[in-house]
Amino acid sequence: MAQKDLLGGALWEAYSKKVAARMDNPTNRGELTEADALKLGGKLVIADHGAESCGDAVRLYWVVDPQTDVIKAARFKSFGCGTAIASSDMMAELCVGRTVDEVAKITNIDVEKALRDEPGTPAVPPQKMHCSVMAYDVIKRAVALYKGVDLSALETETIVCECGRVSLGTIVDAIRLNDLKTVADIIHYTKAGGFCKSCIEPGGHEKRQHYLVDILRDTRAAMEKEKLHQQMVAPDFCSMTLVRKLKAVEKIFTDELRPMLAADGGDVELVDLKEAGGVWEVYIEYKGACLGCPSAGTNTLSSIEAILTQKLGENIKVVPS
Amino acid sequence: MERIYLDNNATTIVDPMVKQAMEPYFCDKYGNPNSLHSFGTEVHPDLRVAMNRLYKGLNAAEGDDILITGCATESNNTVLKGVYFDLIKNGEKNHIITTTVEHPCVANTCRFLESQGVKVTYLPVNQDARVEADAVRHAITEKTALVSVMWANNETGIIFPVKEIARVCRDEGVLFHTDAVQAIGKVKVDVQDVPVDFLSLSAHKFHGPKGIGALYIRSGLKLQPLLHGGEQMSGKRAGTLNTAGIVGMGLAMELASDNLEYEATEVRRLRDRLEDGLLKLKDVMVLGRRELRVPNTVFISVRGVEGEALLWDLNKNGIAASTGSACASESLEASPVITAIGVGAELSHTGIRLSLSRFTTESEIDRALKVFTEAVGRLRAISASY
Repeated sequence: MAQKDLLGGALWEAYSKKVAARMDNPTNRGELTEADALKLGGKLVIADHGAESCGDAVRLYWVVDPQTDVIKAARFKSFGCGTAIASSDMMAELCVGRTVDEVAKITNIDVEKALRDEPGTPAVPPQKMHCSVMAYDVIKRAVALYKGVDLSALETETIVCECGRVSLGTIVDAIRLNDLKTVADIIHYTKAGGFCKSCIEPGGHEKRQHYLVDILRDTRAAMEKEKLHQQMVAPDFCSMTLVRKLKAVEKIFTDELRPMLAADGGDVELVDLKEAGGVWEVYIEYKGACLGCPSAGTNTLSSIEAILTQKLGENIKVVPS
Repeated sequence: MERIYLDNNATTIVDPMVKQAMEPYFCDKYGNPNSLHSFGTEVHPDLRVAMNRLYKGLNAAEGDDILITGCATESNNTVLKGVYFDLIKNGEKNHIITTTVEHPCVANTCRFLESQGVKVTYLPVNQDARVEADAVRHAITEKTALVSVMWANNETGIIFPVKEIARVCRDEGVLFHTDAVQAIGKVKVDVQDVPVDFLSLSAHKFHGPKGIGALYIRSGLKLQPLLHGGEQMSGKRAGTLNTAGIVGMGLAMELASDNLEYEATEVRRLRDRLEDGLLKLKDVMVLGRRELRVPNTVFISVRGVEGEALLWDLNKNGIAASTGSACASESLEASPVITAIGVGAELSHTGIRLSLSRFTTESEIDRALKVFTEAVGRLRAISASY
């Protein structure tokens, strides 16, 4: 939230000029009939997607050359808002002259990009990306109809955010690689959930199969479990190389011991690590408030030793210098 | 292109007389009414006139309070949160009753209070898009602190049976608040005739300025202030008095009262003319019986035409209206009112609200009808569902 957000957006001002022009005059609106198909020497395909009760409904007409699979003509009809009509119009245009296999790869993002006035400025505001998804869905249906295959055969990955075409795999990877902890992080890293927001949690604009809240929770749980497992099978301290031993001890100093002492204004430093008769001696030097603190040789010392032995094994002894 | 404003339930033009009446308080009589010197005191007679107009407009008794607030949102927050502090947090009650079709400033405040542990009952509307008094009576428990039901609905214009509800609340010994924002200037609002305890209003809905509203509080009732501060409004609503706003709202209230007859006859005639014309289109539906609505509002659903798309075409031709369509809102959520009325999912995407005022002319209505009809024709020709 900041200055630009305070007055709220003027929805229509965020539409590109191309969107407005196509809303006012969608050049590819209308129908194609068997007569048109006959005239063009192709096969008529009519695909429907959506319903009035869902807020968007689009019908796509194609005449396809059966020899080359090239779409010779495309028309559309659309029940929907301005962006839905403009997206459908652009979608129909992008179909013409391409083969069915080529258009099967067109996504709502291609449609949106084609509607931009400037390459770097989105054609519609984020919550309106949703309207261009219809254009993508109806193409998929037309392809399936033409090829006589099941719609699901064309889906190669699970899409969680349809507006941004972000797959389940991408989201899970982002959570794991970047250690993401909140839905806001996911939106920031992957853009998933940043458009119509339906995929964030149940109860939004549209019912979804996967929700970011669930994906986050499940992925985090899996990560925790793996971490625990990793700790359990961590190699025995004694069998580590000296360098690894040093690193393991130092990590505990940085992550746990120094923050613990810092709470009381104290500090500790790792000075040396030596073996003496099967026992590893950790040489430390107190700093700050620990210097001269009566507990440095008693309670604090045993706490440090307890943490180290808990993490690294019983054969450890802490020696203050 | 001449623009036509048919979105008067959103806001209204400031009556030029109101604007003129407000002008002296910016550069001439700009004193703080709380000051002791002449700059402060010279505005007092004008403020008294304005307050008298407000009291007269609502037919409030001298012992009642009409607090000046910043907007109806503030008035509604003051009541809900005040009752929460007085009777729930620091009292024995735990329950508030409201409806599923209130303005967000009531609905979201109730949701906030729920997060503080208050139990809130949201009464659904019936086939007439109203909540009846009996439904309120059945929802009241011995723990109910407040009933809050709007006088008229912003989207449909449906008038609620506030008089009966107020009586039920009085019988049951429960406080009653009404958000009368959409009623003032459209129908008679009389706090003696309708025994409300609290009533909220906003000047910009009846040709007054934005940024000023009021909260009526029946004599003898105490309410924890929302804004603590100085001694303004007897400490019940702190903050420097908005002199120009109060003067403007006072005159706007007087003009609204004076024009109630015009509203009931001429505005109603124009609205009916518009509505009859729209109903000549095939496959359209108007929400709510005419006699149950304020005289200026018509909410119409046009099958096969999405609300935002229709709004776009109207706007292109200079006509301002409003839609409850999910697609037109920031959140993509269907209007809660339309959802609550339960008239089918289609309506949540096809509804258009047209709201008139006493400044609307017959020629405007006729042109709006023509544009509307053409827009429906164009969009239905494109539509995949018609």
